[in-house]
Amino acid sequence: MSLLEIENLSLTISATPILKGVDLAIAAGEVVGLVGESGSGKSMTALTIMRLLPHLARAKGRVAFDGIDILGASEDQMCALRGDDIGMVFQEPMTALNPVKTIGEQVAEGIRWHTKAGRAEAEERARKILDRVGLPEAKFPLSRYPHELSGGQRQRVVIAIACALKPKLLIADEPTTALDVVLQAQILDLLRDLVSENRMGLLLISHDLAVVTEMADRLTILRRGEVTEAGDTARTLSEQSHPYTRELALASMHVPARPKPHPAGSAKPLLEVESVGRDYPGRRKSLIRPAQPIRAVDDVSLTIEPAQSVALVGRSGCGKSTLARMILALDKPTAGTIRFRGEPITGKPESALRPARRDMQVVFQDPYGSFDPRQKVEKLVAEPLHLLEKQPTKAERREMVAHALHEVGLGPRDMDKYPHEFSGGQRQRLSIARAIITRPKLVVADEPVSALDVSIRAQILDLFAELNQKLGIAYLFITHDLTVARAMADEVLVMHEGKIVERGPAADVLDHPRSEAAQALVAAAPDLHRAIARKMQEQG
Amino acid sequence: MTMRIDLPEETIAGVLAKAFGNRSFLIGLAITLLVVAVALLSFVWTPYDVTKLVIADKTQAPSWAHWFGTDHFGRDILSMIMVGARNSIAVALVAVGIGMGIGVPLGAFAAARGGLADEALMRVNDLVFAFPALLSAIMITAIFGPGAVNAIIAIGIFNIPVFARVTRAGALAIWPREFILAARAAGKGLTRITVEHILPNIATLLLVQGTIQFALGILAEAGLSYVGLGAQPPMPSWGRMLFDAQTRMVTAPWMAIFPGMAIVITVLGLNLLGDGIADILDPKSRRRR
Repeated sequence: MSLLEIENLSLTISATPILKGVDLAIAAGEVVGLVGESGSGKSMTALTIMRLLPHLARAKGRVAFDGIDILGASEDQMCALRGDDIGMVFQEPMTALNPVKTIGEQVAEGIRWHTKAGRAEAEERARKILDRVGLPEAKFPLSRYPHELSGGQRQRVVIAIACALKPKLLIADEPTTALDVVLQAQILDLLRDLVSENRMGLLLISHDLAVVTEMADRLTILRRGEVTEAGDTARTLSEQSHPYTRELALASMHVPARPKPHPAGSAKPLLEVESVGRDYPGRRKSLIRPAQPIRAVDDVSLTIEPAQSVALVGRSGCGKSTLARMILALDKPTAGTIRFRGEPITGKPESALRPARRDMQVVFQDPYGSFDPRQKVEKLVAEPLHLLEKQPTKAERREMVAHALHEVGLGPRDMDKYPHEFSGGQRQRLSIARAIITRPKLVVADEPVSALDVSIRAQILDLFAELNQKLGIAYLFITHDLTVARAMADEVLVMHEGKIVERGPAADVLDHPRSEAAQALVAAAPDLHRAIARKMQEQG
Repeated sequence: MTMRIDLPEETIAGVLAKAFGNRSFLIGLAITLLVVAVALLSFVWTPYDVTKLVIADKTQAPSWAHWFGTDHFGRDILSMIMVGARNSIAVALVAVGIGMGIGVPLGAFAAARGGLADEALMRVNDLVFAFPALLSAIMITAIFGPGAVNAIIAIGIFNIPVFARVTRAGALAIWPREFILAARAAGKGLTRITVEHILPNIATLLLVQGTIQFALGILAEAGLSYVGLGAQPPMPSWGRMLFDAQTRMVTAPWMAIFPGMAIVITVLGLNLLGDGIADILDPKSRRRR
């Protein structure tokens, strides 16, 4: 008998159907991947198993865990199950931990609650499990607070909380989406080890087909609340018998058609960054000695030519976003100079920066956070227009906004909507429309697709490629996702701890990385082809 | 995966529909409108003339002739409460106006500039905040003389740090957001970003704080009048009426009960209104229902 059996599960939230007849089973020691795009009902399936659904949700069908009927269980029974027999790992390690409690307290809390263990005993067990997830007490005492840990370490704490009582089932909802590829590989390894050690069932929820393929024994693919395909990972992905499965796989590996890569050294550089550095004031360790500054960016030089596409790759915290801000003149370097079209932009007053700003725009990662929720699209997309020498009239402005929206595949009717009325992908299109409305020469894109679903990601990458061709825009892509670098960049720069450690044509760097940092990134990057091949061997 | 539920379009009709579904907003609005209506009515009509003393009718219990009774000079308490409403509202309104008019720009400026300017402004703020408001108001009215205008100024000054602080805290939470970075990348200056992006996003916060300060203003005015530093006789005010009532609590309790009730109900109404507005304008409240 399976550990978890879901049969014909249907879920509605205030009359809107969310899940329609979902079937899913997980045996002890088995990893099942639940794949789908945002809004497909993946998280709702997980919340149903935990019975943590929103108030207006009504679930029908059968959910049996270890012989217990979950949908019919009392709240007390569920409280006993949650955190003891079923553990859950969430996506955002930043918000899943309580910032005012130490990590020791947070791990011990569940142990004390469920086992009625004493303080000392619970602490001892907390110490053990934290050690197991790779946070040994010598380096990470129990008295640490979440903010003193990095994102990957925090996710380890979340896993420690979920696994402290050796649950029979672990639900991991996008456990690595907020982490860079190297951390992702480490966390996935940890989860795999915990599964085999405790014969735990693992429900791995992800939008990333490559990650799920590497991890899961079986796959369930969800689309708009319905299971489109389910079965062994290797067979499902090698045969791709369902069209939606093929669509997902193709989108995951999508490379936009681009004309010949831009020949280097052919034109006058558009952007020149010369031995730029950025120090932040460090924490004072002694009363007498001044604090050691923290060097976020260290002696970085790079050039971008017109219409060239450059990718800056590196792990989170390596200083790539700081560098981007300095290029955009939103932050001042503490050393070196940045020249845009031959003119230095460092240390200039805001008024003198206007021409440079007009030709240099930005696309951010989070399509939800990069728009003022209280303004309409017309105003949002038109924001950079005030940089123009001659202010357009209201009618001209609407015309320009309509044109920019058309270029990114949206209609003029969208002008009078608010940002919350758009999907994530559409919002990223808006973000691009805002960036190209002044016809810039350079667009800096900070993780432009990492918050998007695979199919939308493919569309946005196509859009970037198309605009590059049509308008001759040069790009600086900032990303930890090597597939983006491979798909979009002529040249790749690898950044590590504030320094550029490797540079060269994209194919060279990504296929034959020489530096240690680049090798680590390439090795950790999930790759669907490779993952399928490996699964094929395992599962025959 | 984050869960997002599509929100209904925010139209005027949508906001109105939400407003009429919100009980505390409706009750608060009704009470507030009633108080305002009574204050306005007092300009053209009151049951009795509040300046005329009729010693023969002094300290009468509530009756059909005098619904709320009369005071020790024979004045009709209902009429005095009606005229007093005018005074209370005017004082509180102008005091909130002063607080917002000066406090909001100060707080927004401190948040936008940061660094030394921020520190300096906020420490001065703390200094003003450290004085008990009523005590300092007494000090100000003691120096410049008692009267409604000085009471307004005194209460207004103590609203400034409140609004400065709320504005700064709200603005600081908005500044690091990505859309502000996008606006800066579009070359907009601090002032422009503050006006276009920061203030609209903290408007709810300020509105709610405004209703709270309005209620506190009414209380402060009552307090000042109570110690004799607010509106001067024969102009009736709620605080003044309470002061007159205190020695006659046992013999003529209605002299204290009715002005006291007027204060309590008005403050309650304003607080309910503030709560309601916060609920209606908060995008998250739509999800709760």
